[in-house]
Amino acid sequence: MNIRAQVSMMFHLDKCIGCHTCSVACKNIWTDRQGTEYMWWNNVETKPGTGYPTKWEDQDKYKGGWKKDEEKEKIELRSTNKVKGIANLFHQPHLPTIDDYYEPWTYKYSDLFDAPAGDDQPTAKPISLITGDDIDIKAGPNWDDDLGGSPIYASNDPNLGAISEKDRETLFEIDRLVFFYLPRICNHCANPSCVASCPSGAIYKRGEDGIVLVNQNVCRGWRFCVTACPYKKVYYNWKSGKSEKCILCYPRLETGQPPACFHSCVGRIRYLGMLLYDADRIEEIASCDESELVEKQRELILDPFDPKVIAQAEKDGIHASVIESAQKSPVYKFVKEWKLALPLHPEFRTLPMLFYVPPLLPVLGRVENGTYESNSDTFFTSLEQARVPVEYLAKMFSAGNQEIIKDTYRKLISVRLSKRLEEVGDLDEVKVEEAIATAGLTKETCDAIFRLTSLPTLEDRFVIPPSHREYAISMLEDTQQHKGEVGVGFSEKPERGL
Amino acid sequence: MTSNEFMFSVFPYVTIIIALVVTPIRYFVKRFSYSSLSSQFLENKQLFWGSVPWHYGIILILGGHLLGLIIPQSVLAWNGVPWRLYVLEGTGLSLAFLTIFGLIMLMVRRAVQPRIRAVTSVMDVVILLALFVQVFAGIWTAIFYRWGSSWYAAAAAPYLWSIFSFNPNISLVENLPLMVKIHIIDAFFLVSLLPFSRLVHFLSLPLQYIWRSPQVVVWNQSVGAVTNSQIKG
Ligand code: HEM
Ligand code: SF4
Ligand code: SF4
Repeated sequence: MNIRAQVSMMFHLDKCIGCHTCSVACKNIWTDRQGTEYMWWNNVETKPGTGYPTKWEDQDKYKGGWKKDEEKEKIELRSTNKVKGIANLFHQPHLPTIDDYYEPWTYKYSDLFDAPAGDDQPTAKPISLITGDDIDIKAGPNWDDDLGGSPIYASNDPNLGAISEKDRETLFEIDRLVFFYLPRICNHCANPSCVASCPSGAIYKRGEDGIVLVNQNVCRGWRFCVTACPYKKVYYNWKSGKSEKCILCYPRLETGQPPACFHSCVGRIRYLGMLLYDADRIEEIASCDESELVEKQRELILDPFDPKVIAQAEKDGIHASVIESAQKSPVYKFVKEWKLALPLHPEFRTLPMLFYVPPLLPVLGRVENGTYESNSDTFFTSLEQARVPVEYLAKMFSAGNQEIIKDTYRKLISVRLSKRLEEVGDLDEVKVEEAIATAGLTKETCDAIFRLTSLPTLEDRFVIPPSHREYAISMLEDTQQHKGEVGVGFSEKPERGL
Repeated sequence: MTSNEFMFSVFPYVTIIIALVVTPIRYFVKRFSYSSLSSQFLENKQLFWGSVPWHYGIILILGGHLLGLIIPQSVLAWNGVPWRLYVLEGTGLSLAFLTIFGLIMLMVRRAVQPRIRAVTSVMDVVILLALFVQVFAGIWTAIFYRWGSSWYAAAAAPYLWSIFSFNPNISLVENLPLMVKIHIIDAFFLVSLLPFSRLVHFLSLPLQYIWRSPQVVVWNQSVGAVTNSQIKG
């Protein structure tokens, strides 16, 4: 066993209102520079939809992530290997281009002031932020928000691939239109394909907290990571000639604050906490059978209360305060204890460390009269009827394993039943208890899930481990002296090379 | 000092010293600026027809030049038999055409694509032109002065060695035709451009990728360096 700690994330999709506050918070802090205008380290997509960049989930096109070589029982990168990593340096066959994202633009506001007097109001023409030329805006990062233009966007969702024509119609029938939001950031994967693909070795995972970063001084712009990340969460800065990605606001985390997108989230859907996992098992688990990926990834995560785990973690250099933080982690509860939160597209085999509680709406919203069903004979009828949404959600969150999705929904529905019994009292108590037991929960867990879902405080949602930078510093010099002397150090302007 | 003396016995040292001194300074002081400055993200298709032929061509040709420099006697011996000379010359010339085709594509692309123009610096233009002159002069020499590879091994290699041994022997080169002289001088000019342009990118050829492990983990503090007992105590 080789225990490592990982700052992990959980997004509760039922709570996301699709307001994009998270994206804007991130943009304002990190990506408002030239070369990064098109980047949305945090973006929010409407599902079904094609997302950003367009159809990013389609790995036949983008070649991201790992694939399993069934004969050798081993995983390899879909886009590159040791030989291609050198041979394709000069031109990369599968690199997405800016048109797969969108061409960033602004408006020529000066026209509003400088236009000669006339009969018509002057307009501010859109111009490209790359060339400065007039541009005919064709797409943006969230052009298909709320199913806008769904005949083009939603119906091209790669996850719909396995669903028959007829079933798709069911999904899109307007009065039952099923959609939800999917906020995405870098997953800070345990088996990141971006790291494995980088010829320079510029991308690395931080040992202490598992944050995946691009060392800007080592990156040489070989751009393999952009192709290799199946979530398209490494971006090429066309101005500086370097790749950039979500840094999980590590300067904020190191000072005890949650990342900006987490802190600003209006729906309060975001949770953050430490997970302990066994780094020795990464390869084994990333190579397991597709249908087992979710279960196995849960296995990878260790119980922070187990004395054996604690002893080993201390031996592996994990600070006691970090172990304590892992014990309080809300993510641990949702992912491992309650088995409610699932990884996005586990079949990409990067072992993403961002988990999602899938939304109830697509399943419950299908019930005939438009209201949620809560008092029929068997409480899970709506789930049984929701064949199409379940198939769709399984494509997103469980590599096609529908049982996992149903298990999750039985739990989510049970929590609601339990609360309804308590608050409204119009259900048969025995039957509700039966339902809770079928879902594999107890009344107490239902309460705990309810509390952490609906009533959490800021401290419940974000359990930020101490970073102990002082120990890193003290290895080299006296911490007090360091504090007095450093300031911000020498920093060099990140200018494009000649 | 005659212009020949300056161009063939002083200028080379100036350029080499510039390259040797400034390249590491740039590496240590402005490491962020080391990048291939790829523009594939903005334009993908024309780049393929430019970058791939250009790089495969130029790298093999530079490799050939290097080989001729290191083992000139073997090259001469190989060329002793006519058909072998033709094979070598033919291969060299085809690679040269590949190179110039790629280079022209790269230049056209920089000129016609508005997005690429937006990321083109003055230095990009300078090196593309200097490289064009270089490859053009090389091909000219190969076609019109048919001593080719044997000449390189017999005259250019000793001249270069005379430079490296601080005893420049310009008699080996001073009477050569203009195009050949241009080829030599432009080569040194390119050496001096190395630290001031994107050409530094070829120094970062990431061969370590072949043997490094797939995952990279970096610790702020080395594992176990600070144990919990130390922290508590
Ligand atoms: C050692 C291996 C080399 C590697 C791995 C390499 C890689 C690259 C890459 C990735 C690019 C960017 C292409 C893009 O826009 O996506 C590039 C551009 C370029 N390389 Fe190299 N290169 C190498 C050697 C050389 C050499 C030896 C030369 C010339 C002496 C050279 C000259 C150039 C030039 C002029 C460009 C700019 C092309 C443009 O106009 O966009 N390279 N190289
Ligand atoms: S999601 Fe993040 S860590 Fe995972 S492969 Fe992509 S960039 Fe790397
Ligand atoms: S801020 Fe929160 S609620 Fe709003 S879109 Fe982002 S994740 Fe959803």
